[in-house]
Amino acid sequence: MSDLKQELKEKIIEQLNLEDVSIDEIGDEDTLFGDGLGLDSIDALELIVMLDKDYGIKLSDPKEGRKIFESIGVMADYIAEHRTK
Amino acid sequence: MKKVYIQSVGSVSAQKTFDNSEFLDEITEYYDTIIFAVNPVYKDYIPPAAARRMAKGIKMSAVASKIALTEAEVENVDAIITGTGMGCVRDSEKFVSAIIDNDEAYLTPTSFIQSTHNTVGGQIALGLGCKGYNFTYVHSSISFESALLDAKMQLELDEASTILVGGVDELGDHTVAIHRAINHIKLKAVSLGGLLSSRTEGAVFGEGANFFVLSNEKSDTSYGELVAVDTFNTLQKGKLIEAAITFLTQNDLKVTDVDLLVLGNNGDIEFDDYYRVLQDGLFSETQQLYYKHLSGEFNTASSFGLWLASKILKTQTVPGIVNLNDLSASKLDVILLYNQYRGLNHSFTLVRKC
Amino acid sequence: MGIISAIGNTVAENYDALIEGRKGISRISKINTIQRDEIMVGEIAASNDALIELLGLPPENNYCRTALLGAVAAKEAIANAQITDIKKYRTGLVSATSVGGMDMTEKYYYDYLTDTSTQKYIDGHHAGDSTQKVAEQLGIEQSLVTSISTACSSAANSIMFGARLIKSGKLDRVIVGGADCLSKFTINGFKTLMILSDTYSTPFDENRKGLNLGEAAAFLVLESEEVVKAENKNVLAYVKGYGNANDAYHQTASSENGDGATLAMEKALKVAGYEPSDIDYINAHGTATGNNDLSEGRAIINVFGSNVPDFSSTKAYTGHTLAAAGAIEAVFSVLALQHDIIFPNLNYKTQMKEFSLRPQLALKEKGLDAVLSNSLGFGGNCSTVIFSKQA
Repeated sequence: MSDLKQELKEKIIEQLNLEDVSIDEIGDEDTLFGDGLGLDSIDALELIVMLDKDYGIKLSDPKEGRKIFESIGVMADYIAEHRTK
Repeated sequence: MKKVYIQSVGSVSAQKTFDNSEFLDEITEYYDTIIFAVNPVYKDYIPPAAARRMAKGIKMSAVASKIALTEAEVENVDAIITGTGMGCVRDSEKFVSAIIDNDEAYLTPTSFIQSTHNTVGGQIALGLGCKGYNFTYVHSSISFESALLDAKMQLELDEASTILVGGVDELGDHTVAIHRAINHIKLKAVSLGGLLSSRTEGAVFGEGANFFVLSNEKSDTSYGELVAVDTFNTLQKGKLIEAAITFLTQNDLKVTDVDLLVLGNNGDIEFDDYYRVLQDGLFSETQQLYYKHLSGEFNTASSFGLWLASKILKTQTVPGIVNLNDLSASKLDVILLYNQYRGLNHSFTLVRKC
Repeated sequence: MGIISAIGNTVAENYDALIEGRKGISRISKINTIQRDEIMVGEIAASNDALIELLGLPPENNYCRTALLGAVAAKEAIANAQITDIKKYRTGLVSATSVGGMDMTEKYYYDYLTDTSTQKYIDGHHAGDSTQKVAEQLGIEQSLVTSISTACSSAANSIMFGARLIKSGKLDRVIVGGADCLSKFTINGFKTLMILSDTYSTPFDENRKGLNLGEAAAFLVLESEEVVKAENKNVLAYVKGYGNANDAYHQTASSENGDGATLAMEKALKVAGYEPSDIDYINAHGTATGNNDLSEGRAIINVFGSNVPDFSSTKAYTGHTLAAAGAIEAVFSVLALQHDIIFPNLNYKTQMKEFSLRPQLALKEKGLDAVLSNSLGFGGNCSTVIFSKQA
């Protein structure tokens, strides 16, 4: 599980081009959207594509995404449970 | 009708122009067929959270507009009007190639969103929190002049008092490749000084962003007055002289009133003939300048021309590197600019010391 | 005026479809896309070849679909305006597009580098090219010809700029409008934003799922008072008011309270010298996305308070035609004024829970003096144009 969390942090930094953020700076329970890391709705859509491409999880409603992307911890739990890749 | 003044400039180009205290003090030489912008330290101007999505054109515009706004000492403007010939090329290329390469699978929104032509105008508005008028003109070599004209009309009628106007275009790998394939870009490399004597087809492509704060209130630090702008979708070589005279007459000027003629010669043997009509004919007694050897050719390169004219009016000096003929003007008050691209979309712009 | 859209190739055909409730939405047929079964579009029936034949173009032409549509609509506009000599007055052309020649570029993207027979379309990619082709078709030379590209508000902005060029005395006549064709680029682009519906779009409905993309072109001939008098012209309507404002909120989404749209409508009313109560019908942007209809609805309430006039979105007929939307909806607004008729907001079932706005559901005959048209685009670009029957 901690491997997955590490992997997610790397992917987020790369996918969303967060050049000046290092993996250590993202805590497992840190809020990703809004105040925390400051991600927005476009980032949410990017992460939805990542879920599909890398983990085989398809979301049809963007609003579902916001709940799943609460934090790295929440994301990892969801992916572990639903991944098909 | 109120008069229109250029209050400030901001430029990111293939020369080091992002420092307003300098005026082509160091020239970036090249021996190439495409030239890229000299980058400022983008981090100094753009917060990383915003910069992460921005392709070059948007970054260059963010810097150029910030420099112009800072120099004009304004925190917000009444309107933002931009011109771009090809829009956000890099993001467009990214999205199209992703569609084709991945068979429409796993596409992400960022490059699509960033590819819309008015992204630059939208981003600047977002950054400033500017809810005012916001237009983007996309029409080849008169994209920038359309933006200028729009701004001028609003300021003259006092519908706005300060407007940010800019021209921007960026180079994209694939777009360069296809334009090479149709000989719009020179086949063989040329040097900066050898551009006009190359006598070959095509131009040296460049990129850049040039922004200006225009206002209808003069200040001690104004660069000059924007007197007139006119654009023509087509203009036969045989009608060029008549059009130039008409343009000047409409502004109560004669040919001899023009101190400097700034032309858009880009070294393309097929199309520089247009400039020759004015150089050898009507304006043979006038000091002539050119600039595309410094900026490269791109649809909004004429905004670099206006940058040059503005700097000349303010500093009352002409850098030797831009001279096209050996004449020397007795004063630097009235500057006429003329540009076209591949025989279409011609423009005349007139600026004056104020 | 001239128009070509999914509901007709001429003004008359579009009008008939509007009053008969005949929508032009279907599964896409001319573009090969994997999204085919997951979207519905407002596709124009005519193929590129048919349009080329209609225009009488030579085989070596490099017209992309946007240019073909634009040329057809512009020619109808000139004919309807009974212009026989385009050079008689200082005439300009202000068009709009977002797709430009992307339909060809996405088709031949890699071929361009190796297949010389495709290379003629390279020059046709940029937004200004289709405008230049329209100018050629109309015989406009040595004139002010330019293009605006501000996403979905583009054509409304063309109308505004054209009106101002005449008002300022720079030109006597301006042909204004826009054109956009369907493309894989826009289909996939909007898909990544997850705002496309897989069925008929339902503007202002609580259960709306997103928009249907469309393709279209429309042009209107604007003329000054002097020209109208000198030529004894029959005026269809007046561009009475206009306004453009920026939401400055987010790159693609509109602010929750529709600040940009509110400002645009207020500006337009001011230019027109109107009170909100002077507006008889609103042709809304109404794309049927969750975000737009909520934001626009709130903006309408901000401006009109408890006296919201009859309103409807005609996008359920034509799809969202992007840069052309402001122009085709201008044509519809003028038709509404001419015929004193309000077009229905199709496919509606359930009122939105956020407010008590209900669009006009049935065709309604009503004396109309002023119609307001909204076009709200990406980059927070919000535009409103008001058309009136009298000067």
